[in-house]
Amino acid sequence: MTKHMTRKATRHISQNEGLIFEKSSPGKAAWKLPPLDVPEVDTAKLLGKQERKDLGDMPEVSEIEIIRHFTRLSTWNYAIDLGMYPLGSCTMKYNPRVNEFVARIEGLANGHPYQAEKISQGALRIIRTLSDCLLEITGMDAITLQPAAGAQGELTGLLMVRAYHQSKGNARKKILIPDSAHGTNPATAATVGYAVENLKSNERGMVDVAALAAQMNEDVAALMVTNPNTLGVFEQEIAKIAELMHAKGGLLYMDGANMNALVAKARPGDFGVDVMHLNLHKTFSTPHGGGGPGSGPVAVKKVLAPFLPTPVLITKPDGTLGFEYNCPQSVGRVRAFYGNFGMFIRALAYIFANGPDGLRQTTEDAVLNANYIRKGLEGVYDLPYSTPSMHEVVFSDRLQSKKGVKTMDLAKRLIDYGFHPYTTAFPLIVPGALMIEPTESEPKEELDLFIEAMKSIAEEVEEDPQYVLDAPHNTRISRLDETAAARKPVLRWKPEGKAV
Amino acid sequence: MRYLPKSPADRAAMMQAIGIRSVDELFSPIPANVRLTRDLVIPRQMAESEIVDWFKQRAKENGEGYTSFLGAGAYSHYRPVVIDALVQRGEFLTSYTPYQAEFAQGTLQAIFEFQTMIAELTGMDLANASMYDGSTGAAEAVMMAVRVTGRHSAAIARSVHPEYREVLNTYATHQAIPQKLVSFADSGRIDLKELERAVSDDTACVLIQSPNFFGTVEDVEAIAEIAHKRGALLIVSIAEAASLGIVEPPRTADIVAMEAQSFGVPLGFGGPYCGVLATKEKFVRQMPGRLAGQTVDKNGKRGFVLTLATREQHIRREKATSNICTNQALVALMVNIFMTVYGKVGLRELAKQNLAKAAYAADQFSKHARVLFAGAPRFNEFVVETSEDPYAINSRLLGHKIVGGLPLKKFYPELGHTALWCCTELTTRSMIDTAVGLVAESERSVRSMQETAEHEVVR
Amino acid sequence: MSYPSDRKYTKEHEWITADGTIGITHHAQDSLGDIVFVELPKVGAEITAGKTFGTVESVKAVSDLYAPVSGTVTATNEALATAPEQVNKDAHGAWMVKINLKNPAELNALLSAADYEKFVSEEAGH
Repeated sequence: MTKHMTRKATRHISQNEGLIFEKSSPGKAAWKLPPLDVPEVDTAKLLGKQERKDLGDMPEVSEIEIIRHFTRLSTWNYAIDLGMYPLGSCTMKYNPRVNEFVARIEGLANGHPYQAEKISQGALRIIRTLSDCLLEITGMDAITLQPAAGAQGELTGLLMVRAYHQSKGNARKKILIPDSAHGTNPATAATVGYAVENLKSNERGMVDVAALAAQMNEDVAALMVTNPNTLGVFEQEIAKIAELMHAKGGLLYMDGANMNALVAKARPGDFGVDVMHLNLHKTFSTPHGGGGPGSGPVAVKKVLAPFLPTPVLITKPDGTLGFEYNCPQSVGRVRAFYGNFGMFIRALAYIFANGPDGLRQTTEDAVLNANYIRKGLEGVYDLPYSTPSMHEVVFSDRLQSKKGVKTMDLAKRLIDYGFHPYTTAFPLIVPGALMIEPTESEPKEELDLFIEAMKSIAEEVEEDPQYVLDAPHNTRISRLDETAAARKPVLRWKPEGKAV
Repeated sequence: MRYLPKSPADRAAMMQAIGIRSVDELFSPIPANVRLTRDLVIPRQMAESEIVDWFKQRAKENGEGYTSFLGAGAYSHYRPVVIDALVQRGEFLTSYTPYQAEFAQGTLQAIFEFQTMIAELTGMDLANASMYDGSTGAAEAVMMAVRVTGRHSAAIARSVHPEYREVLNTYATHQAIPQKLVSFADSGRIDLKELERAVSDDTACVLIQSPNFFGTVEDVEAIAEIAHKRGALLIVSIAEAASLGIVEPPRTADIVAMEAQSFGVPLGFGGPYCGVLATKEKFVRQMPGRLAGQTVDKNGKRGFVLTLATREQHIRREKATSNICTNQALVALMVNIFMTVYGKVGLRELAKQNLAKAAYAADQFSKHARVLFAGAPRFNEFVVETSEDPYAINSRLLGHKIVGGLPLKKFYPELGHTALWCCTELTTRSMIDTAVGLVAESERSVRSMQETAEHEVVR
Repeated sequence: MSYPSDRKYTKEHEWITADGTIGITHHAQDSLGDIVFVELPKVGAEITAGKTFGTVESVKAVSDLYAPVSGTVTATNEALATAPEQVNKDAHGAWMVKINLKNPAELNALLSAADYEKFVSEEAGH
């Protein structure tokens, strides 16, 4: 690092590695099947013209090559296990290893979704226990764990909103969404057949209650809020907001993306929320895994319970657990089987490891960390909203953009300092946003290093903006040509000489 | 709390720096009347050993040591140990979606390889980085066909997985996509005549599954011809990915919506799994889901990025056309490693063993009971009809530590006493013989009861 | 940037010539950045003044194309399918669609080059 030195990262040797197809050669194998204990079959006779003769360009490699291939690839990734991952609204917290261990216990990992309920009681007990914990944490009445991710949770929640209004004879026409909302919110509303109406934020970055009162009418099915919102600000008038919605028969939907600021400190069910989704991969420590799998349970108040997706977990008269498939008002199924069960195990293990006291301390530390960063960088970076921060803080690149350096450039330079970038260019109400969420998992030392790095980058912008614009300088590859990738997409490998 | 890396002194120093005396001050934006002042009523903080014990207890309640003949969209195949050794590397496990490409080349290159292998196996031009699962993948494929064709209705084979169809119903309701269900013929395959009648000039797509829910391989080419003749797309859902080792892929399809769980993903009581869409090059901009693409950096070095992001819902906002804002990266990595381990030759040999086991089992069952849909080729599943209700047979099999086939009455009332049986490379001959023996016993006892009854009448 | 005076402009940043050739302005391409894809209607499609008739995509954004006037599409610029960068290089030359105007009088309501230039500079001032 030729400019400012960093205490966190040093260059080290990184292995080159081609595509697996480039290592392939006929006759190499990493597999061995046991001898067949039934008669061999004549595949041509059994399958006729449906028999496949050739698997094309599938690779042929040995086991050691596979281990090295993926191990080398892995070393090109940044990860929570390597350091702070301050992506705002993503809650990149520690993923405990006991979660992984228990999810792989034989009998849990190998259960077939259609095996008799009699031999599924353990799995069902896990679903029930996690459901009970999440209901207590959210203060809601009923829950489904079926949605496979946050966006599918939103879809499920709004399908239920629609079914609820439909049951009253009028599905209503639109969903109100604050301008600070994540893009999935309007996307979901549209998918469910609702028109989206924008709700402007006030000068403090919160829902403008007067504007809401003016916009709320009997055409509005629900308001979708994120609380704390994407600025990391708690909607202080949330009770009033709920009242306004309910007075005109509307519902209050809460996007639980930022639940890490509330667990054990406040419950959405207590401040008027009717329906919400959680992200087990954010708040409850299941791993992001490079982009999934997630899990997006939806919790609701009693009035919405009849509309939960099928099947619904019930306790049978004999005390055993089972699924009820006959739910006439249900919105239907959103996924085959029961959801991402493997994630339920991990989330429950996380709740067990914390208990009530641990979850409270976790939330307090997450909020303390965000405010410590805010204090450390105030004045160095522009803070567009001075409203108190909860678990994340949003700066802007206003000061640095005067030198032509934008939030994405600052983010790329942060990579050289050994940190993953924060979230850039979101929320939309902050031009050039730097959205920083440290989570509770960072020690004070790591936060100090981060603040030091951000200050150092701000100095670099003043001294030599071009150097920052050219970042990253120390990664395996420099900035990639995304325009070329989108204009002429190359989405798969082909052997040389073969047309794509 | 053992996951929290701060000492009381650290916290005190940080509070001092911020200028607060108590952490409660940071929570003052939350109105006092909604602040929680009591402990949550959840289990107390547990030691790691207690957590492990608790889950081991649950595993015991799940019943261990059973031999299973269940398939129906969730398959038991051997998982090479290198899969878990590699996916548990923290750099894969604990990284985010690879938006910052310079810092995520490992995940991106792996996705690129995954896309290549899926495209190769399905006989399509290209594939995406994965979907939630096979059911949502099939529903998204139908929505994609509606966008591509500008038409609004869909013809759906009844032999598509019933739960996939339920998910499609949920998705299609508010998209205004009317569906025509097409039944199956005596061969177990889709009724081509009925299909022909169901496809009109307003049909966006025909959705079939092959091998279908009964394990029968469809005549994809004949179906494609019917669909294409009227300008509709053909979507082929594949629930049993292992079939692609020996069954000709649906090259004449326009979209393949696959569940790749068979490739190294644990059964895990139904999830997480790994859906994936594959399609022709010309439809790529209408395809939902993430895509990794190859490009170069400033120095001309090969690298990979997420590309064509404008198709994604968080960018399109209210103009979004799909409900996917993620993929199943870590599960796709399991699939990727599995495909790499078995590769060009192993996948075929693996599929051949599945074929042989199922053929043997079907043959044995047919000596004592009726095996349905014998006229068409099948992969590793088949339907057995018994005189006795399969639920009753299954509960007796459980006593022998055997989980029998899936009774079909729940999904197909007209199929009466039938069950869907599955054999994979893990099913041993002795397991098959035991299960067949018990079913034969049931058949014999029903028959002798009937004979006794007839005898009574005669007398 | 001077805007050619042989055509009319919209506040949505499209241009249209008297014979019904439509494209987007230099200002539009500049604020979009590198254009990677242009989605256009089929020949024969009806387009309606003020309604969307296609999209332009940059790496991380999608923008609608709004019809300046109503008409029937008679031709689309197929070269843009493989070379969308033409729009960045020469926005006023890289046309997108040609239409048969339904009501040529609609053109009168659109902005002149001078008005458009003024509009753009005022918009930038905000």
